[in-house]
Amino acid sequence: MNNPVLILELALVLAGAAALLAVWRLLKGPGPFNRAVAMDVLGLVTMPMMAALALYSGRGIYLDVALVYAVLSFLGVTALARYADRGL
Amino acid sequence: MGNHEMIGAVVTLVGSVFLFLGALGIVRMPDLYNRMQAGTKATTLGNLMALLGIGIIHPAWLIKLVLIALFVLITNPLSSHALARSARRSGVPLADVTVRDEYEEVLVEKGIEP
Amino acid sequence: MRTIVGFFAAFITLLALWLALVGNLDPQEIAAGSIVAVAVAVIARGAPFTGRSLRFLHPRRLVTALVYIPYLLWSIVESNVDVALRVIDPSLPIRPGIVRVRTRLKNPVARLVLANSITLTPGTLTVDLCEDELCIHWVDVQARNIDEATKKIVTGFERFLEVIFE
Repeated sequence: MNNPVLILELALVLAGAAALLAVWRLLKGPGPFNRAVAMDVLGLVTMPMMAALALYSGRGIYLDVALVYAVLSFLGVTALARYADRGL
Repeated sequence: MGNHEMIGAVVTLVGSVFLFLGALGIVRMPDLYNRMQAGTKATTLGNLMALLGIGIIHPAWLIKLVLIALFVLITNPLSSHALARSARRSGVPLADVTVRDEYEEVLVEKGIEP
Repeated sequence: MRTIVGFFAAFITLLALWLALVGNLDPQEIAAGSIVAVAVAVIARGAPFTGRSLRFLHPRRLVTALVYIPYLLWSIVESNVDVALRVIDPSLPIRPGIVRVRTRLKNPVARLVLANSITLTPGTLTVDLCEDELCIHWVDVQARNIDEATKKIVTGFERFLEVIFE
């Protein structure tokens, strides 16, 4: 355990498992709110995975993808909450 | 392999542990509100630490990663708050283990039947 | 006068954010960033930057804000360890409930920061804000009445926010 690449790969496996758990909740629900929470968590898990992908491929542009994904994830969840509250 | 890469990798690993526990929380917790407690907390710190760890490995990206982390830190409570409120108002039930609900009386006062 | 100060506060913040995201000081980037920053500052005039933005530069507020940030970060770490331990415990030790707490803060931005800070800390999630009270979902209810809950959840943050915003 003294190789940074190995540790990073272990971290990615854990994050991937987290994403799978979130997908399970996304499929199972019940109802739109539980699915929205699952989407929120999925977004939070995916962002560092994108950053890790940027690290592996050496392309900084993937960080911008992660940033835009953060913005969209926030807007999506908030829009759903607002919609459920009073309609668009 | 420099020292900072090792530190960054460990920080990322600790972050991933929190990400995993948060995701485990949304599977294990009995109702929506408790799932949000796990989903919006453990994952927020996990997300911040993982992003920071990658920033430590690759210092040239640190500013941008910190900005992403700040954005998450500011927006995440907002969206979970909005979601929790509209869920309670739409009548998403609390789990049976819930000991108390002082929000119901507020909703009844306002004329919203939960 | 107030609108002008507010406009420049918004403009400078937006331009700084742009340059931080772009990551270099190329004249082209500064020009493009300035145009976008002016456009956004004009569209969003009035909110959230008002002419009173400058009062946040008062040293007492600044120092308190600088102490508040590590305090909040530490609370977040504590909250995460707490929730994580509950999640991995096989018996899932939770006593959830929604409690009401009071706040003395009047400033809307201060209340926003308070609500967000509460959402980010140990097992608490702000569900609603009405007048002087917040309704908070608590994973492990440890208080019997509103005063006890207020003391446990709100007081720590309020101390700082009162100085920063009021």
